[in-house]
Amino acid sequence: MTNSINEIENAEVILVSGSNTTEAHPQVARRMLAAVDRGARLIVIDPRRTRLAECAHLHLALRPGTDIPLLNAMMRVLLDEGLADDLFIEMRTENFLALRDMLNRLDLEATAALTGVELSLIRQAAQLYGRARKAVICYCLGVTQHVCGTENVQTIANLAMLAGHIEKEDTGVDPLRGQNNVQGACDMGALPNMLPSYQGVANEDFREKFERAWGASLPEAPGLTLVEMTHGGAQGPIRGMFIMGENPMLSDPTLGKVEETLRGLDFLAVSDIFLTETAQLAQVVFPAACFAEKSGSFTNSERRVQMVRQAVPPPGECRADSEIIMALSGRLGYPMEYETSAEVMEEIALLSPIYGGMYHDRLERGWGLQWPCWDRDHPGTPFLHKYYFTRGRGHFMPASHTPPGELPDPEYPLLLMTGRMYHQYHTGTMTRKSERLSRECDHAVLQINPEDAKTLGLRQGETVRLLSRRGEITLAASITGQVACGMVYTTFHFHEAPINQLTNDAFDTGSRCPEYKVCAVRVEKIVDS
Amino acid sequence: MQDVLTTCVYCGCGCGLYLHVEDGLVCGSQPSRHHPVSRDNLCVKGWHIHESINHPDRLTTPLIRKNGVLTPATWEEALDFTARQLGSIRDQHGGKGIGVLASAKCTNEENYLLQKFARTALATNNVDHCARL
Repeated sequence: MTNSINEIENAEVILVSGSNTTEAHPQVARRMLAAVDRGARLIVIDPRRTRLAECAHLHLALRPGTDIPLLNAMMRVLLDEGLADDLFIEMRTENFLALRDMLNRLDLEATAALTGVELSLIRQAAQLYGRARKAVICYCLGVTQHVCGTENVQTIANLAMLAGHIEKEDTGVDPLRGQNNVQGACDMGALPNMLPSYQGVANEDFREKFERAWGASLPEAPGLTLVEMTHGGAQGPIRGMFIMGENPMLSDPTLGKVEETLRGLDFLAVSDIFLTETAQLAQVVFPAACFAEKSGSFTNSERRVQMVRQAVPPPGECRADSEIIMALSGRLGYPMEYETSAEVMEEIALLSPIYGGMYHDRLERGWGLQWPCWDRDHPGTPFLHKYYFTRGRGHFMPASHTPPGELPDPEYPLLLMTGRMYHQYHTGTMTRKSERLSRECDHAVLQINPEDAKTLGLRQGETVRLLSRRGEITLAASITGQVACGMVYTTFHFHEAPINQLTNDAFDTGSRCPEYKVCAVRVEKIVDS
Repeated sequence: MQDVLTTCVYCGCGCGLYLHVEDGLVCGSQPSRHHPVSRDNLCVKGWHIHESINHPDRLTTPLIRKNGVLTPATWEEALDFTARQLGSIRDQHGGKGIGVLASAKCTNEENYLLQKFARTALATNNVDHCARL
């Protein structure tokens, strides 16, 4: 996020795209709704009529996968109506002419028709966003989990720069990070192409810096991404894996391929707090301590690095993941000895410029620090890009429509989207162990429009079969107007109905993000034989 | 009874919450009143965060697959076996034969150590986590 979560509350216009915020980021939604109470305007771009969409002043229910045309049309309106921020474009950006030419060639009527949203609604949204003094865009996986996810994000950045809605407090572009520490795991260089603090592994200078600090030579070529590793199959390059606290056997696309790959490995070790679907395939399973049984830090979506404090000792023989890593590293000829997590953080601060002033003694006081925090005296950074972008000038990246990897056809006539729900979390490793959360919802449901349900002759709650070209599952139908005719929606929390057996393995060539938001499926009524 | 201030482990909001500890067990949670994100509020998952911590299904001992079945083992056995296996793959196929998945549920310090371990001891850049899912 370029802003802090609390800044959202002060925005005049909030544009939310591809985020089921009330269920997936309750605290962020709370700020959005507080802003609305105060008089802010809320625009929601989402194919589904989510709870947030119901509270919105404008709901742009676009056809899934048409984010780029929709935003391009909004930008064209900004240009036509003189709402572009000329001074910002002149002083802070480059490549504007390429964007302007592309937008001027756009047939506005045809572009709007492609998205399925009325042009008048698009115009109203553009006017609201363009005229606001302080406006934020919040987006989530509904934007990124497409074959054109990278271009979708670039188009959002184009829109924000065109309107000059960045660099100020309460104004910016806010990707909402899903997991508690997904931001931190990226910051720490748990990425195939990045060393800590986004220092590219292919860059010789960065590599040399780490080689000197770590006293070891480092591999040059960027590694494989998660889905490339888990979709290798028996012929893949990966022979052995060590998996810490992840469950690709439920979370990754086209689960059949994941299972084939993991079963085909020569060796698999998993460290986790429960015997997950992935751990069940391992040769070795390490019992890990959970967050309440160790100390360290998490980095939230607003880049705030905060302390995690040990409350109780680990049960049984459980050990913290850091102890497991150090024990293995020593046995493999690279001894690592750290007495405390504070000591690890000191090394991180030395090697990662954006964490340069992050030390546990500072994090212990107050409510943590937001990166970039360059040195011990730096107060942290509540919002980004104040006087300059990290790369210097903001570069406009014009993009045009890329259709999804798979669209409905006569054989598989419905479009499936996947996501999360309020009471469960991700693969349910933790939430499904909670009796009270499971009491709220303990099984997968397929949201389906009343029209489609009528055609298929379905009743509320009836168990149906859901099929795609890659697999089939059974789950309960939930008949609701939240999804439009021709679309269905479900979550990936439940191993009894592993929806990722059905999802497509088309992914974004830029980010290698799988296209979870669009694939073609068919719903069948189960007839007693 | 003791309260420990910590950070929630579910979503990217990062609420500050207190874990109530009674007889060495976490038995409940409560939002921090002044924390900038939680501001005296938690979602339903935060309020019930203790239930998974004390769950009887928690893994409590290392397991090694013997004759096809995951069987309790000692830490020494599990660590030695894992190091031998990963080491021999590294020596035979090079680091590109090994894949490492880090976790968006683990701490910064653990993720830092894991990618350092992957890049030094295992000689591979094949390290990633669920950032794209």
